[in-house]
Amino acid sequence: MAVVFQKPSTLTDAPLHYCPGCTHGIIHRLVAQAIEELGIEGKTVGVASVGCSVMCYDYFSCDMVQAPHGRAQAVATGLKRARPDNVIFTYQGDGDLAAIGTAETVHAATRGENITVIFVNNAIYGMTGGQMAPTSLPDQITQTTPYGRDVNTAGYPVRVCEMLSTLDGVALAQRVTVDSVKNVNIARKAIKKAFQNQIEGKGYSIIEVLSTCPTNWGLSPVDALKWLDENMIPYYPLGVYKDGVKGDRLK
Amino acid sequence: MAEKVLMKGNEALAEAAIQAGCRHFFGYPITPQTELAAYMAKRMPKLGGTYLQAESELAAVNMVLGAAAAGVRAMTSSSSPGVSLKGEGISYMAGSDLPAVIINVQRGGPGLGGIQPSQADYWQATKALGHGDFQILVFAPSTVQEMVDLVALAFDRADEYRMPAMILADGMLGQMMEPVVLPEAHDVAAHEKPWAASGHKNERKHNIVNSLYLTPNALESLVVERYKRYEIVKANEQRAEEYLVDDADVVVVAYGASSRVARSAVNKAREKGLKAGLIRPITLWPFPVDTLKKAARHVKQFLTVEMSMGQMVDDVRLAVECKVPVSFYGRTGGVIPTPKEVLGEIEKLV
Repeated sequence: MAVVFQKPSTLTDAPLHYCPGCTHGIIHRLVAQAIEELGIEGKTVGVASVGCSVMCYDYFSCDMVQAPHGRAQAVATGLKRARPDNVIFTYQGDGDLAAIGTAETVHAATRGENITVIFVNNAIYGMTGGQMAPTSLPDQITQTTPYGRDVNTAGYPVRVCEMLSTLDGVALAQRVTVDSVKNVNIARKAIKKAFQNQIEGKGYSIIEVLSTCPTNWGLSPVDALKWLDENMIPYYPLGVYKDGVKGDRLK
Repeated sequence: MAEKVLMKGNEALAEAAIQAGCRHFFGYPITPQTELAAYMAKRMPKLGGTYLQAESELAAVNMVLGAAAAGVRAMTSSSSPGVSLKGEGISYMAGSDLPAVIINVQRGGPGLGGIQPSQADYWQATKALGHGDFQILVFAPSTVQEMVDLVALAFDRADEYRMPAMILADGMLGQMMEPVVLPEAHDVAAHEKPWAASGHKNERKHNIVNSLYLTPNALESLVVERYKRYEIVKANEQRAEEYLVDDADVVVVAYGASSRVARSAVNKAREKGLKAGLIRPITLWPFPVDTLKKAARHVKQFLTVEMSMGQMVDDVRLAVECKVPVSFYGRTGGVIPTPKEVLGEIEKLV
């Protein structure tokens, strides 16, 4: 019998706990596939952050460390400095990376820390039940912005790739999504490149993946993808914001 | 390296860590521990090690967490306000059973406090460094030589018991210079770390370094197991120096910088014919309960002297089970008590 499709070997057999329609599962697969294709599982260490994806340490079959909220890139820095030949990645949500972990993110990036960052942006805090995230859109209704995000009191969303691309330590900053087969393929290549960059010593690589949260957005999985296309992508344009090696300045 | 060299306390702490096999130091500037980080910045690149100035104390301690998880000896140093920020990472390291060494060169508090020597972080170090049920090893040196010796011990015991260890020094010890004999370089390979997240090399199941357990019974049993380990630590690792205790009526209990003052006061009391002695805890956790209990059989009065408003005094009272009166004398905010002041307190008690 010919095998036409199978789970990447870098995913364990543990059942994923994510809600129906959540795109974490696809992104997990893409990360695992990149590790498998590059043949680096034995020397890869992942860092799980606080949020919905915290238990990804049970899903990836490489060695894993669970970091305090926001500190994944500091933990990754310690792991990488201790064993530079290992491949280190973080898997972080928007609250972790762009709110409580902003300092760790900006400084790991500006140091040109040779790590791979998978940033899952679903514009909401999922694990705690749908509060406003740093990336929640203007007027977006969340548990803590029940009248919609008022930019006059709650401020504006953070565009992470645009911000980080100004830092010389960054090799790759690219925003992708997984709403269609075409975009999943783009995301797959981008994630693999972010790992390849680390192997080649190019510096800090971040892939931001626009993701859905049907549960906390209060939408069906299909409508959630539609909401992502209609609302998130216009605010967070897909594309490559920086692609080079650390030390390069944004043109 | 058996020759004596004159070293500043902060620099001696750094060199001792290097001799103990530490090649990964993550810091953030703060007075009065500055020389330690500066020394590391000078030495580490020449040894092929890592000196990294983090963006914050939070980042620094979590870099230590990462390096410790990778299985290497890692250290960070700070002073009181900075150590408050490190509490998060220390709690996570305790919950993940990670060994590391944290230096606190204490200064006055609370808040930004001052930059002069203090011992007001005793409670923080021994009881409340972070959230949750946990302890860390706490060593309290009183000389530059002892700083050197205890750093090596802290790394060894941290590895052995898989828990963070702290050197609780203060601005006086950090800034003073004394002659020291540096130890021979340590053999770190003796401490294997099969649990480390160092890459499984396709040879074993993946290791997970983690402190999250959502099932209450699972979390409880892990914490209970950890506390069984703490009992072993309590049985094996209590350290204290006894000075003129055997025939003493009044025993001063003091650690670190204040024990140096207390020792002078005890000597002056003896010159006056007063039967005074000194118990100097070297480990603050585990607290040297056994030494105090033994002394309580014949001592008539204990006097705890601290550079704080009275923190260790609680542990002294608990150790002697209030069978013997325990009084307290302290100065705080960066003020160092004088031997004369302490002698006056001893004289009141005799």
